[in-house]
Amino acid sequence: MLMQLAAEEPQSPVVPVVPEIVIGLICFGVIFFVFYKKLLPSINKALDERREAIEGGMEKAEATQAEARQTLESYREQLSEARHEAARLRQEAKEQGAALIAEMREEGQRQREEIISAGHAQIEADRKQAAELLRQDVGKLAVELAGRLVGESLEDHARQSRTIDRFLDELEAKAETAGTEAAR
Amino acid sequence: MSNDQVLAFETDCHLFKDCGFPAPSEWSFIFEPLFTIGSFEVNKPMALVFLSTVIICGFFWAAFARPKVVPGKFQLVAEVLYDFVRRGVARETMGKKGEPYVPLLVSLFFFVWIMNIWAIIPFAQFPATSIIAYPAALALIVWCTYMYLTFRTNGLVGGIRNLCVPSGLPKGIYVILTPIEFISAVFIRPLTLTVRLFANMFAGHLLLLVFIIGTWYTLGTVVGTFYSATSLIMTLLLTVFEMFIQALQAYVFTVLTASYISQALEEAH
Repeated sequence: MLMQLAAEEPQSPVVPVVPEIVIGLICFGVIFFVFYKKLLPSINKALDERREAIEGGMEKAEATQAEARQTLESYREQLSEARHEAARLRQEAKEQGAALIAEMREEGQRQREEIISAGHAQIEADRKQAAELLRQDVGKLAVELAGRLVGESLEDHARQSRTIDRFLDELEAKAETAGTEAAR
Repeated sequence: MSNDQVLAFETDCHLFKDCGFPAPSEWSFIFEPLFTIGSFEVNKPMALVFLSTVIICGFFWAAFARPKVVPGKFQLVAEVLYDFVRRGVARETMGKKGEPYVPLLVSLFFFVWIMNIWAIIPFAQFPATSIIAYPAALALIVWCTYMYLTFRTNGLVGGIRNLCVPSGLPKGIYVILTPIEFISAVFIRPLTLTVRLFANMFAGHLLLLVFIIGTWYTLGTVVGTFYSATSLIMTLLLTVFEMFIQALQAYVFTVLTASYISQALEEAH
């Protein structure tokens, strides 16, 4: 049967026939058209979008990383600044404290000396005043005593000694009253 | 469907019967019409070519018509195939200049490949490219593109120079070389492009047929079963080999096309 067919149509397999060429051209044309007009532009767009998305993502990640690095850097800087500041403050406080103590000590010294010198002055003044008073009193008393002694010169020795005793008692009482007054 | 429509050999002949081994030959490539559209008769190879067209368009339509930035598995497979041609053929041969010719190369590669693959698909089992008209049609397209680009890039005189006069050789050589180059570029290239694909698939199909028919023919007797088994193993091995050849021939066809286009785009020296 196949033998007969080959005999009927002596068609060589190396000679192309026109209808089949046309079919080939049409089919290829259809495939090419579909690819060229619709499918490849469509997929190329998607591929470009994907590449952009990947590149964009990578850029974003890089930016984030850079930002993180920067933040870390600034934190470190701030931290070291803060440490310096703290050390400085501590130093300052120490210095201030020492200065304060020294000042206080000086002030105390000064006040003590003031008090002492005031005390000395007071004592001197009192002494002077007492000496002054004493001198006046002694003068007066001596004059009074002398007057009395002269007035009673003619009397006897006993009277004399009584006068002296009396005088001395008076003197004592006077001194006592002056003492209490002074004490008061 | 009768055997004449789909099979390439007589099936009722066996070893030790009076008929001889029904060796495959040129009639293995001639089929009765499967059906007719109007007055036009469609045989098995034609049907396979139509089916190839439908399959390629359908597959890539499903994958690429609404592409996603994050691809599904289907789109990913199609993208790998597309990328193979775009990067592996167009970019390799022509660099950035090749981008406008990617659709042509992609169409050629998949059309040739799918037509070849029919050789090992059960029930089809016939490479459409072993009918010489189909490689010839594709070679015609390549030739037209080649010529068009040569003259568009270089003008008429420059185009002829580009076709016939390779640069950088001693002057005396051109006396011999120019006619050879002209014949090679204008006539031999499309011819070899056709015949390389056709003959590879034709021979591959014959080879497979020899062992397939052998497997069937020797079956039946005890001694024949050993022959049959051997023949079957050979069929399987050759099927794997053919798978490789099918892809390789599609690749070669596409790469050669790309290299012709690349030559056409070269400025005349």
